[in-house]
Amino acid sequence: MVKKIRVLIAKPGLDGHDRGAKVVARALRDAGMEVIYTGLHQTADMVVQTAIQEDVDVVGLSLLSGAHMTLFIDVLELIKDRKMDDVLVIGGGIVPEGDVLKLKEAGMKGVFGPGTSIEEMVDFIKENVRK
Amino acid sequence: MSELAERVLSGDPRAIARLISYSEDGDPRGAEEMKVIHPKAGNAYVIGVTGVMGAGKSTLVCEMARELRRRGKTVGIVAVDPTSPFSGGALLGDRIRMNELVSDEGIFIRSMGTRGMLGGLASAVFDAVEILDASGKDVVIVETVGVGQAEVDIIKIADTTMVVLVPGLGDSIQTIKAGIMEIADIFVVNKADRPGIERTVAELESLIDLSHGPGIRRVPVLQTTAKDSKGVTELLDEVNAHEAYIRSSGRFDERRKARYQAELVEIIRKRLMTLIFDEDKFKGRIESLLERIQQKEMDPYSAAEEILAKLLK
Ligand SMILES: Nc1nc2c(ncn2[C@@H]2O[C@H](COP(=O)(O)OP(=O)(O)OP(=O)(O)O)[C@@H](O)[C@H]2O)c(=O)[nH]1
Ligand SMILES: [Mg+2]
Repeated sequence: MVKKIRVLIAKPGLDGHDRGAKVVARALRDAGMEVIYTGLHQTADMVVQTAIQEDVDVVGLSLLSGAHMTLFIDVLELIKDRKMDDVLVIGGGIVPEGDVLKLKEAGMKGVFGPGTSIEEMVDFIKENVRK
Repeated sequence: MSELAERVLSGDPRAIARLISYSEDGDPRGAEEMKVIHPKAGNAYVIGVTGVMGAGKSTLVCEMARELRRRGKTVGIVAVDPTSPFSGGALLGDRIRMNELVSDEGIFIRSMGTRGMLGGLASAVFDAVEILDASGKDVVIVETVGVGQAEVDIIKIADTTMVVLVPGLGDSIQTIKAGIMEIADIFVVNKADRPGIERTVAELESLIDLSHGPGIRRVPVLQTTAKDSKGVTELLDEVNAHEAYIRSSGRFDERRKARYQAELVEIIRKRLMTLIFDEDKFKGRIESLLERIQQKEMDPYSAAEEILAKLLK
């Protein structure tokens, strides 16, 4: 029996490009994970529905800027509401210090800045994912 | 009845999702639940969609699902993408084309990787179809990339199989070379907005002429422009016509039997592989046999016979 780590990489919000999200998606694939990628323009509800149907262990949110804070918080709250507490939620991008705190309070376990190496992210996931 | 199976039968998305995961991971808990749900499955109509990479299969699946919803049907979708043989990971991107279906409770979408060569794929896809079926979905659509034997095998699941091509002669010929011609119940030439469509359809028709004989249903060729929702109604009408055809000719039951046969073979194969290669009982023995094969003290055939003899004792 081999349990594969399944990750949803989602990009909530209405703005433009998803290069960063795709780089992370490919890197996690290369680390042996199954990465579900849903593209741009995800609403909080879509992210959570997808996480449920795909039974993912990890939800990775692409935080391009702090501009969509409310959206990220919405995702975290929906996940809490649905009692999906065994799903590891992480985020990556440029987020101001104050917002990082808010995200962590809302349940985001890891927030990775632009300087984070892929290895760091992979290790974090492997250590913190539900077993 | 077990709680998880009960929740699957009542249509609970989280239970459906979890049972599919058990099946993919080969978790023994899955097998027990599958035993419980089997009697409730068999009502969903299964459509297989395969064809060349990037042909627009996911876009087409999305459009078909929307049309099926308009016709009052609930829909399960299983979208299979290849697992990387190097890392064992996979990038599952079919959902990108299906975003507008996500908020509809009458639709359940699951992405799957083909996973390792010691099986997993086929039996997990069989299970996913059976789970969605038992959960009450009226139609289950399975999307696979149409290259290689695994994909041809998966199509054993479907009641109606579509092979999706695009304008341009090269692709069609490649597909036909890959032996996919024989599995098509319906040919779809998608991207009909592209130049060369007439020619591809004509080429295809003449290839069908070659294999078509008297008294055999002629495989129809349909044109779609999935990205503009064109041709999808006609396509689903054709699926209905095919269903009527297989039901009235007795082929429907034959296909279902073939599906269960393929599933049975897959489960046995997987269990045997696990038994021989994963369990400690055989591990040491196999190591020493490999050593002897390498030293030319034994050959692989005799080694295989020795293992099988042990197994059958
Ligand atoms: N011109 C044109 N492009 C289309 C049509 N249908 C889909 N596409 C485009 O073709 C590309 C691939 O579409 P997908 O639906 O992802 O194709 P697919 O066959 O599922 O791809 P894989 O799963 O990767 O093999 C996308 O850019 C679509 O927008 C169509 O009818 N016409
Ligand atoms: Mg696809």
